[in-house]
Amino acid sequence: MSDSEPTALYAAREPIFPRRVSGLFRTLKWWIMGVTLGIYYITPWIRWDRGPNLSDQAVLIDLAGRRFYFFWIEIWPHELYFVAGLLIMAGVGLFLFTSALGRVWCGYACPQTVWTDLFLLVERWIEGDRNARMRLWKSGWTPRKIRLSLTKWALWMLISIATGGAWVFYYADAPTLLRDLIALEAAPVAYFTIMILTGTTFVLGGFMREQICIYMCPWPRIQAAMMDEETLTVAYREWRGEPRGKGTKRRELAERAAASAQAAGPRIGGRSPRIPMPGIVPAAGKPDPARNEPGDCIDCNACVNVCPVGIDIRDGQQLACITCALCIDACDDVMARIGKPRGLIDYLAFSDEERERAGQSSFSVWRHVLRPRTVAYTTLWSLIGLALLYALFVRPEIDITVAPVRNPQFVVLSDGSIRNAYDVRLRNKHGEDRPFRIQVAGDAALRLDIEGVDATQVPVPADDTAHQRVYVIASANTDPALADSTGIRFWVEDIVSGERAYQDSVFNGRTGQ
Amino acid sequence: MMEDRTEHDPVTGTETTGHNWDGIQELNTPLPRWWLWTFYLTIIWGIGYCIAYPAWPLIDRATPGLLGYSTRAEVEAQIEAVDARNADVAARLASADLATLGRNDPAYHYGVAGGAAVFRAHCSQCHGAGAAGALGYPNLLDDDWLWGGTLDAIAATVRHGIRNDTDDDARWSEMPAYGEFLEAEQIAAATEFVLQLSGQPHDSQLATSGATVFAEECASCHMEAGTGDRETGAPDLTDAIWLYGGDREAITESITNSRFGVMPAWGPRLDEVEIKAVTLYVHQLGGGE
Repeated sequence: MSDSEPTALYAAREPIFPRRVSGLFRTLKWWIMGVTLGIYYITPWIRWDRGPNLSDQAVLIDLAGRRFYFFWIEIWPHELYFVAGLLIMAGVGLFLFTSALGRVWCGYACPQTVWTDLFLLVERWIEGDRNARMRLWKSGWTPRKIRLSLTKWALWMLISIATGGAWVFYYADAPTLLRDLIALEAAPVAYFTIMILTGTTFVLGGFMREQICIYMCPWPRIQAAMMDEETLTVAYREWRGEPRGKGTKRRELAERAAASAQAAGPRIGGRSPRIPMPGIVPAAGKPDPARNEPGDCIDCNACVNVCPVGIDIRDGQQLACITCALCIDACDDVMARIGKPRGLIDYLAFSDEERERAGQSSFSVWRHVLRPRTVAYTTLWSLIGLALLYALFVRPEIDITVAPVRNPQFVVLSDGSIRNAYDVRLRNKHGEDRPFRIQVAGDAALRLDIEGVDATQVPVPADDTAHQRVYVIASANTDPALADSTGIRFWVEDIVSGERAYQDSVFNGRTGQ
Repeated sequence: MMEDRTEHDPVTGTETTGHNWDGIQELNTPLPRWWLWTFYLTIIWGIGYCIAYPAWPLIDRATPGLLGYSTRAEVEAQIEAVDARNADVAARLASADLATLGRNDPAYHYGVAGGAAVFRAHCSQCHGAGAAGALGYPNLLDDDWLWGGTLDAIAATVRHGIRNDTDDDARWSEMPAYGEFLEAEQIAAATEFVLQLSGQPHDSQLATSGATVFAEECASCHMEAGTGDRETGAPDLTDAIWLYGGDREAITESITNSRFGVMPAWGPRLDEVEIKAVTLYVHQLGGGE
């Protein structure tokens, strides 16, 4: 048995040298990269005036102060449902985009893709395009290779430090923190966070790249489950391209390709196994026996050379494909040069294949994108968004929560009256100190007394919560004093703005025990 | 020359491991090699961790580790750090005059918060976690005080205690057990009078004769009107609050056999800051004067 043991169970990463490409999708990706990186790096530096008591940073996650600032919005810890709502929206949004456009998140917006793209840009700038990089890879450690590599790594490191550095600015006042960081006076956790994120950016963007997507990331697996036959994804028009071949040997090669293509199925990585995706027929079926002419594919490998994950899209839909659409640009370029129509590799839905094979034209993009499933997702997404907006606009600037003291439920005073105690929290979301008036309603016999304060007013500091114990007293033999329990309502009023808020509670009478 | 014995799955074209169970073959889907290295790295990390930190259990403890780390030491360090941070405000409370300490003073907040902890540790056993007391143990939430409810009076009670043998300055008084001096009828009459004083249903004929007993025997401490005397800790008999119960039976028992509530002196056990803190805490529970 042992000598029939086959080759290794572990495979080394095969280096990938994506070639530069230009075209519609590449341009779109440059724009998305510019915008997303711009948002990431610049956002902490935007200022927003909130008055003297509050931070002037437009976007700030103040963990110590337990506040989240987003321009004119300020979220308190008890309003974390906004964050939950946004996360649900992000989830439903991903369902929507995935069911309509497949792994479009992976291909365009995922930080792993964006930063890898940025690192590849640097790599190409320092070491040259695909062929130059391949030569450099194969060569020994010449002084030139050492110099180029060190330059490349240094630039990567600078980007990584900027990336890790930008992250911490979201958690503290950016200008102050930058000054402290440079003066080596910032909190250790800031340096530690920067170190970790610098390290991960450097390794993940520079060396791990597609390995993250293929082996580490769970999203591709989840997203694959959300695609259906109407989902637009990057695909090869095998029925138009095959039999492939180039030059004078086109016909001869075409014959051979037809035979070998039969085994081709979805694959991961360069030498990985062919794992069929559910519902996806291997791209290369039997060649049309009536067709003697070679297909449009001239087997130039342009699509393979530009691929950042090193796969051949002509093998069909596969696990490793992040649908970045660069192969579409590459193939369109080639088709234009040989005078064939664009779209040999294109955004296609599975349902298009049958139609096109039957000689019909594929459905329009809108027909694929606008269908009950996506409309349902969009509706759900919008409803959650509207609910959050509604909650945002109706949420009060003042708030009261009342916790009745249960130990003991009531206290008998000298004159026989019954007193209940309540721990009241008063929230003042204004940027200035405000006096709040507390009142109790429910029974005319009930009297309010505020611990330590002679008036019915309590000062609440700016952007803060005041804790205040209040007493509600019922004289002996009044209804609430004799009743088991009496429903009451606490009202709080901002004396400056007149805003009111309330919370209901219960008054326990003598027989309650 | 070696024969190529690599086998391939006919359906997918994938290499197999060569393992064959009843015709079912295992496909070889190779893991990335860096994954293997990561695995080795975690093993190395684990060994290093075992050397650096407490790891292997021995009979009575674990191996200490080269770094000498322990969670207890960490807690101690944190407590020390908190104490150091509070040193200023604690010193301020220690030297403060409680009566003039402002409610917005940091020392006041420190005292109330710290006093709550002192109360739960030392006082709640008798007075209850909510300070509502129990039969024989005064309720500290109400507006009735046996020995006074000002900050100074509360601090003195905490410091010296009540009717204990250990502190010469302990608050002291002793009600006679009238069962030894008075006839049962006299006690019954006095009981009716006390019921009358507190506005409860009573036998008014008996109460009239009880008034005489009260004036002779009880008024010296409980005052003529029955309003009590804080100098001697004599309870107010006219209000709705009863330490040992206010019904006929309980009052008869109190008169016949007397009561003798004891509270230990906390001066020797608590430091000055703790005494002041628990005083502030008790004072703001709703009955402070």
